[in-house]
Amino acid sequence: MSDSDKNFIEVRDLTFYRGDRVIYQNVNLDIPKGKITAIMGPSGTGKTTMLRLIGGQLKPDSGTVKVDGKHIPNLTRKELFALRSRMGMLFQSGALFTDVSVFENVAFPLRVHTDLPEDMIRDVVLMKLHAVGLRGARDLMPNELSGGMARRVALARAIALDPDLVMYDEPFAGQDPVAMGVVVQLIRLLNDALGHTSIIVSHDVAETASIADYIYVLADGEVIGQGTPDEVLHSDSPRLKQFMQGLPDGPVPFHFPARDLCDDLLAGVK
Amino acid sequence: MVIQALRRIGSKGVSFLETFGASGMFLFQSLFAMPNVRNNFPLLVKQIYSVGVMSLIIIMVSGFFIGMVLALQGYNILTRYGSEQALGQLVSLTLLRELGPVVAALLFAGRAGSALTAEIGLMKSTEQIAGLEMIGVDPLRRVIAPRFWAGVICMPVLAIIFSSVGIWGASLVGVDWLGVYSGSFWANMQDSVQFSDDVLNGVIKSIAFGFVITWIAVFQGYDTEPTSEGIGQATTRTVVYASLAILGLDFILTAVMFGDL
Repeated sequence: MSDSDKNFIEVRDLTFYRGDRVIYQNVNLDIPKGKITAIMGPSGTGKTTMLRLIGGQLKPDSGTVKVDGKHIPNLTRKELFALRSRMGMLFQSGALFTDVSVFENVAFPLRVHTDLPEDMIRDVVLMKLHAVGLRGARDLMPNELSGGMARRVALARAIALDPDLVMYDEPFAGQDPVAMGVVVQLIRLLNDALGHTSIIVSHDVAETASIADYIYVLADGEVIGQGTPDEVLHSDSPRLKQFMQGLPDGPVPFHFPARDLCDDLLAGVK
Repeated sequence: MVIQALRRIGSKGVSFLETFGASGMFLFQSLFAMPNVRNNFPLLVKQIYSVGVMSLIIIMVSGFFIGMVLALQGYNILTRYGSEQALGQLVSLTLLRELGPVVAALLFAGRAGSALTAEIGLMKSTEQIAGLEMIGVDPLRRVIAPRFWAGVICMPVLAIIFSSVGIWGASLVGVDWLGVYSGSFWANMQDSVQFSDDVLNGVIKSIAFGFVITWIAVFQGYDTEPTSEGIGQATTRTVVYASLAILGLDFILTAVMFGDL
């Protein structure tokens, strides 16, 4: 099997700027087919940006982003939407449609992309909602849900069409311990049962490491470490060690770049 | 100093042209998106309800009062020349040619245009637009096109309703209160109002206004900075730009239609 058969997504020499700020500088990533790949890193390293580049919502300044052999920035609008119907994405905020119920939110992708009869749509939606534990909440409106519940509904919607690729943006944030356990298991189970490819963006180290097959750690616009969870957790690289073990002191800065605190305080008001 | 000022003007001009071009592309893509009738018709009906039907009350109440005021003012002036029987003509021509389309459009921009901008802006800031894109649904087709067409369809209907209610209000004041002879009120109106010149031109005007208002409203919503401040500014811009565009366009259309150029 050649590399391009093995990998669902290939990112090569990716450079991306937001204004003048460098988000990525020559980043290379491979997301293998049928596996769970995690993208981790401190806040503000552009983990979500990576998902948007893969989904074609942002265009790279240079480099290639290939999904299933297709270079995303070169696709026409129509081709891009066709490709996206094979992707599911769980947004950080959930991004539920606020004018329709939980049921209709999950049914939405089925209605627009399939010709299934209504009773079958109902069955599929109830199954997906059951998987995330919210079958009983089907008639609620999105504004009646808590943040964690909204994200679980969004998860049900993202997998409604059984897509080839599912991107989870912070799936564990805001979940109570029980729901967290279920979501972790669910992601693993879905991936193995449906054979799709999963990308998890998260900074919950323990949960992510427990289900990921491969981990990339991004910081300062580059990949600072990669490998199986075991390799990454026990790496000797000081930056990786600090991030994975959550140590306050180390080479990864906690502070957003700024001048010296003393100078800043003494400078006074101009 | 001078060069800096020039540079600023230049960059403002370029960014204006960029926005204008982007909004043109945006309009083109929404209009020429192949409509899927089965899926999109219910969406259009829903939008006609929220854009058009929900604007009915403000349009009817304003039309009623404007008609009554016109009759009062007109009667005052016409009696000086002893020609109060021409009141019906005055009121109907004013409403059908000018006030109907223009005032209805200004109200529509404030009532429906601002709501469209805020709704689309909030959909953007809550990632619903991005969500649609990632589900593989073009938001231009799903969100923008039905709202745009609803605006274009509703505006002329609202303007006609505005004028009709206005004429009724004028007859209440002129005929029932001030005592203008009802026969001459209505007969003068019938004699002087031409369908092709007055009614149709008013309808054409209001279609043009509907087009411009909803274009501005949906583009401002779609293009907004997805923050609470950005949505506020975009909503304001919709009302300001749409009102100015209505008044400017009205002058041009009037000159072409009635100016004997």
